[in-house]
Amino acid sequence: MSEISPAEWTAILLSLRVAVIATLVATPFGIALAWLLARRDFWGKSLLDAVVHLPLVLPPVVTGYLLLLTFGRRGLVGGFLADHLGIVFAFRWTGAALACGVMSFPLLVRPMRLSIEAIDRRLEQAAETLGAAPWKVFFTVTLPLALPGVLAGMVLGFAKAIGEFGATITFVSNIPGETQTISSAIYSLIQTPDGDAAAGRLVIVSTVLALGALIAAEWFARRATARLHGN
Amino acid sequence: MLRVDIEKQLGEFSLHAAFSSEGRAIGLFGASGAGKTSLVNMIAGLLRPDRGTIVIDGETVDDTAAGIHVPAWRRRIGYVFQDARLFPHLNVAQNLDYGRRMNRLPSDPVQQKRIIDLLDIGALLDRRPGKLSGGERQRVALGRALLSKPRLLLLDEPLGALDEGRKLEILPYLVRLRDEANVPMVYVSHDAAELRQLATQIVMLKQGRVTSFGGVKVLT
Repeated sequence: MSEISPAEWTAILLSLRVAVIATLVATPFGIALAWLLARRDFWGKSLLDAVVHLPLVLPPVVTGYLLLLTFGRRGLVGGFLADHLGIVFAFRWTGAALACGVMSFPLLVRPMRLSIEAIDRRLEQAAETLGAAPWKVFFTVTLPLALPGVLAGMVLGFAKAIGEFGATITFVSNIPGETQTISSAIYSLIQTPDGDAAAGRLVIVSTVLALGALIAAEWFARRATARLHGN
Repeated sequence: MLRVDIEKQLGEFSLHAAFSSEGRAIGLFGASGAGKTSLVNMIAGLLRPDRGTIVIDGETVDDTAAGIHVPAWRRRIGYVFQDARLFPHLNVAQNLDYGRRMNRLPSDPVQQKRIIDLLDIGALLDRRPGKLSGGERQRVALGRALLSKPRLLLLDEPLGALDEGRKLEILPYLVRLRDEANVPMVYVSHDAAELRQLATQIVMLKQGRVTSFGGVKVLT
């Protein structure tokens, strides 16, 4: 098998950029939501939980189409953002990042939520009696103890984002250099007569990335357990 | 120093306790299930009374009629739990310093050294809580509570999770603490012998009611 071509590199680097941005932007929202679901009871909580998990069970093409309707140039949110803030998602790499962020969100939130739920609330109470206001309790006790889970969520979300295909291609199409990620590039290549070798190389790249992410997530989960036991 | 007059319904259990004390070491005595921990949690601000008032050192921290409820983190109390509840991600020194940081108190090396010496925990400072024995953990928890400079120290069965030998190891520290630390304390226990050594006044709690109040002789 020969070397990775410049066109393939473009797809790989674009995938990395899309997945990194999607993960970084989704993380604060993911932490906030994980905390809310783990620590608060409120009206409509199960509905919110269901909505978050929706991209996991909905056909990706449906999610992509809904994104197009909402964030497209003529969509309700998309039109507003384009006219007032100059942010355009449709057929741009930013749209690919949005699609990947939405699709990977359930996977990103889950380990974060589990790790917050695993923290002994009595430790948070102890912090309170020592004079820590609720937001300080969160930043000095809850978040540090949940950190391995937060990182595991980020790694899983990243892995999902880098492999996302259906919603991305529906929302932002398959434009080389702009929205053609590894997955869409593989899709194009296997429909091209001589594309097998290139497709094979990209398949190997994405397998290695996914495997690495799973191993990293597992490692962070083990760190979380050790941390909670104070070793 | 401490005035309590509260009512609280907890499921089937009703707690209705009133007492007022100027004592340096108030012993809260009762069998398990008498409502001791709920009462202490209310003094700490972790639990909110249905009705009544709590006054610590002249400050009303709870008054349901006036709608006053000072949250736990603003009560300036120290709380030592039965299970030490040290922060597992911080070492002993960081655990000890936590209250000072949260209350934005200036660093006070003299006081710090005094308490570390008093509790003999100087050799443990670099360790993580996971590497401490039960007795060591409880001593660190005591130090952590004291170093937040509380105006009242609450101790909820601090020896409860320890075996006989460990209890005898900690007891002298508690006596020293009472005599030297200058912080009034509420000491919760179901062990009359422990309270005889430590308390100057006893509040006896039975099924959510204060049944007697007075010197240590009420224990007999």
